[in-house]
Amino acid sequence: MTGARKSRASGNWADVYGGPLVIGVLSLAGLLVALLFEGMGRYFSWIALGTPIAVTAWFFIRRKTP
Amino acid sequence: MEAQLKARTVRLWSVVHTWSSLISTVFLLLLCITGLPLIFHHEIDELLGYDAKPEIALPGAAKAGVDQIARSALAHDPGRVLQYIAWDKDEPGTVLAFTNSKVDGDPDAATVKAFDAYTAKPLGIVGGGPMLVMLKLHTDMYAGQPGKLFLGAMGLLFVVAIVSGVVLYWPFTRRLRFGTLRDGKSRRVAWFDWHNLLGAVTIAWVLVVGVTGVINTLAEIMLNQWKSTELAEMVAPFAGRPAPVHLASLDATVAKATQALPGTNISFIAFPGTPFTSSHHFAAFMRGDTPLTSRLLKPVLLDGETAEVADARDLPLYLKALLVSQPLHFGDYGGMPLKIIWALLDVMTIVVIGSGLYLWWVKRRKARRTGGVILDSSSLQPSR
Repeated sequence: MTGARKSRASGNWADVYGGPLVIGVLSLAGLLVALLFEGMGRYFSWIALGTPIAVTAWFFIRRKTP
Repeated sequence: MEAQLKARTVRLWSVVHTWSSLISTVFLLLLCITGLPLIFHHEIDELLGYDAKPEIALPGAAKAGVDQIARSALAHDPGRVLQYIAWDKDEPGTVLAFTNSKVDGDPDAATVKAFDAYTAKPLGIVGGGPMLVMLKLHTDMYAGQPGKLFLGAMGLLFVVAIVSGVVLYWPFTRRLRFGTLRDGKSRRVAWFDWHNLLGAVTIAWVLVVGVTGVINTLAEIMLNQWKSTELAEMVAPFAGRPAPVHLASLDATVAKATQALPGTNISFIAFPGTPFTSSHHFAAFMRGDTPLTSRLLKPVLLDGETAEVADARDLPLYLKALLVSQPLHFGDYGGMPLKIIWALLDVMTIVVIGSGLYLWWVKRRKARRTGGVILDSSSLQPSR
């Protein structure tokens, strides 16, 4: 490792499942918080449950075009 | 040796993923597509005129009594009897009255009418229109209870497809950076990447919506279980009591039920003889006043002639689970932004299902051309 940017994930557990896991936990938190706390809970749930959409949009914008 | 074992495990999971998906695909697409407008059924009903809107009440105006609503409902539906009167938490301006040919009549024969909560004037029939068609297709495909259970089974297959998809995500994407979208390569590679990305980011939401949907298909079974055990126990001490000759005042009944459970509000009242109570008692179903407890109901049995409280108890855990699972399936508990997010996640799920079907079809066609052997040089192979 000389600090060069890896073009491919190294293939360990966290690299493969880390991203989806964080998004999944955020989604679950968003689903439950809106149910338990009205008002401020709603704002949190919109942001938390919006992450799958935002992340997808970000990857779409950053995709490699030929 | 180990590599061989791994390859066999991956193949096994692939078979599980392929077949659990393939069998449920058509029905899941139906559920996702009919579910999309159902997220906005309130707004669509309103737009199409299937939603009864109350008159604007003058400030300080008093609400009509429950007895007044009941008289109005019976007067506007001659020859029929009242089964239930219900109050929607989100529609304080209206009261819903369910009438039927008899108190234990066929649920499909019931008429639901909205009444103005202040003037007790009828506002029209609730439900119907295209959203009812969507709802029927979404819940039982017009096939009644068997249709419901069938869709529940498809939901379970969907859960199997998701779990096997998570397992396969490792061998198929471990050499790829999370969120890789290669659209310079073949169409197949492009859809493969979209399938993985959309599947991976929607997984928690789709599991919650899927599992709560399956729970909802069991609603009738749970309700019957409750009626034959807990409700039967509640009404047992009053066995043999005749149906009330003169019904107690509904206002008094609601007031007594609210007194018995302070901090609660009436959700709906079931008339004596309906499936939700005994032939002699009213059952008042009360809801709490916090976001969570407002979803849960607590039944109070009251004498049909004197409105005296006979019994009150919590619902069993499985019915509480059902009541809490409903908002998590409908997405109707976080305002319009949550509904829009629900719709976008639903569309993303449709893409996951559609791309999965496409990938299966392309792979099959390829396998046929090569005589059953899959020669694949693209990166759609599992990597060790």
